Amino acid sequence: MKAIHDFLEDNIKPHFEKGAKYEKLWPVFDGFYTFLFVPGHTTPGKGAHIRDGIDLKRTMNTVIMALVPCLLFGMWNVGYHHYNALGIDAAFIDQFIFGAIKVIPIVIVSYGVGLGLEFLFCVIKGHQIEEGYLVSGMLIPLIMPVDIPLWMVAISVAFAVVIGKEVFGGTGMNIFNPALLARAFAFFAYPTYMSGDKVWINTSVQEGQAVVDGFSGATILGDLATTGTTNYSPLEAFIGMIPGSIGETSTLLVLLGAGLLIFTGIGSWRIMLSAVIGGAIMGLIFNGFAEYAISPEQQAFMAVPFWQQLIFGGFAFGVVFMATDPVSGSQTELGKYYYGFFIGFFAIMIRVFNPAYPEGIMLAILFMNTMAPLIDHYVIQANIKKRQKRLALKTAGA
Amino acid sequence: MAEVLEKEVVEKKPVAKSKEPLFSKKNKKLLTDPFDDNNPITVQVLGICSALAITVKLQPAIVMALSVVFVMAAGNVIVSLMRDAVPNRIRIIVQLVVVASLVVLVDQVLKAFVYDVSKELAVFVGLIITNCIIMGRLEAFALGNTPWRSLLDGIGNAAGYGIILIIVAFFRELLGSGQLMGFQIIPESWYLANGGFYSNNGFMLLPPMALITVGVLIWIQRSRNTKLIED
Repeated sequence: MKAIHDFLEDNIKPHFEKGAKYEKLWPVFDGFYTFLFVPGHTTPGKGAHIRDGIDLKRTMNTVIMALVPCLLFGMWNVGYHHYNALGIDAAFIDQFIFGAIKVIPIVIVSYGVGLGLEFLFCVIKGHQIEEGYLVSGMLIPLIMPVDIPLWMVAISVAFAVVIGKEVFGGTGMNIFNPALLARAFAFFAYPTYMSGDKVWINTSVQEGQAVVDGFSGATILGDLATTGTTNYSPLEAFIGMIPGSIGETSTLLVLLGAGLLIFTGIGSWRIMLSAVIGGAIMGLIFNGFAEYAISPEQQAFMAVPFWQQLIFGGFAFGVVFMATDPVSGSQTELGKYYYGFFIGFFAIMIRVFNPAYPEGIMLAILFMNTMAPLIDHYVIQANIKKRQKRLALKTAGA
Repeated sequence: MAEVLEKEVVEKKPVAKSKEPLFSKKNKKLLTDPFDDNNPITVQVLGICSALAITVKLQPAIVMALSVVFVMAAGNVIVSLMRDAVPNRIRIIVQLVVVASLVVLVDQVLKAFVYDVSKELAVFVGLIITNCIIMGRLEAFALGNTPWRSLLDGIGNAAGYGIILIIVAFFRELLGSGQLMGFQIIPESWYLANGGFYSNNGFMLLPPMALITVGVLIWIQRSRNTKLIED
């Protein structure tokens, strides 16, 4: 590493500094340089109270680390379901390799397009490269179905980066979570490739292979919305051996990631906890009022035990990795409770009441992203009022 | 359009004995300003509702643009002619009556000659009455200017509105349904269903995407024309 550092410092850096030939590309150089090494600027000797070097890059890297288990499991899950659908007994490693071949191109496209656009905007505007896309670029492949054409991923990413982020002023200024925006865009733009029962499991067959009889590629939520029953056990759903978007199926590994995020203090436990409570309460309400459902399917869906609602679909993944986005979520500590609670509450409500949108968590988070500033506003106003009252009391007493 | 106006100049020149030439710099500005510096949609952000509603396809957008050009030009001229006779207190009602009768006229013509489009536009033809751009120009311009200047102003503003409508509709129809004016532009063999690689973007057909397209137009316009950037 030292050798690389010296090489960059002596031979490469001068070309990019002010007045040199590639001055315009300085943001690109700086981006790669600080990705590998600690940034060159230090805190001033006087007046700075925070001396830890945790910058945006380290924050992002922690989240990516928390996502890796989900990604690896997702790769295996893709292969597992593929061979299951074909009725082939494949070895673990074959399943994993098949999944990796399907998933890695989506990751590459996501990062390639997203980072390319970010670099472009940084060079045009001449500001530093922002690392905001590192996490979004990993999240987007994890919430896409495996069979989605790559160019759709590319367009969704471009939409999320340009319309979702750059027009608002770049990383840290966006009002919506970029990864979810990409998914929402793909969902509304190409519904046939983002929903239904065909897209979640890759059933491409080679010579001499065929899909087994009675195969169904529907997700648990899809099943529940249309028939009210599902063939998957809660244990399978918890471990994640169910069809779904690539990386969101395993509640177990999401919990592992949540542990890391909470331990390092990067994800807000307030949001996660209150979202789970909100989801559970909505689930309990549905349990209690199941008999008032308008159709037998809906009644069966409403009667699903509330704790199972929390492990089905992308609920856990969304709550842990998307709702806790520090930029688009609530900023005040009290506001985070409200923000999380309503995410969980609405997610379960949407998924049960609207069979067209089985993945309610996506819309619930995007909706609460819109509401987050409002929540913050009222929390702050309430605090101001409280303190004004206290002040009035004090001055009256004196 | 420019040619038509040019002809009018030739015919009218001997009649109009004003000191100012008909197409003086100031008058020309009335026509061209709404296209860029003072566009009703992208700068004044008026008339957004119809821009969202009828831009799914190109043909209704063009018909709508032409209807608004007619209503606005004629309305401006009529109100400008009456401007000294109308008592100030009832001017809004008078303007409404003028615009409403013109809109009814347009509606009947559309029903007679392009019935399909008229059905597609449905209530939005009637709603031209409430188009904020029209009332705005009547109030702000026609009440205080001569008929000729009002005519130019009406045509300019309506065309500025129409051009945005047409641009938005162009992209929405092309990307949303792969067609233009109802003709298939993107080859059928490109579609995934036929073994190709392409798929229409269904989001373009939904109203939010019209808003985003208008937003992108504003973005492009302001980065070209920096004096529009406020603050």
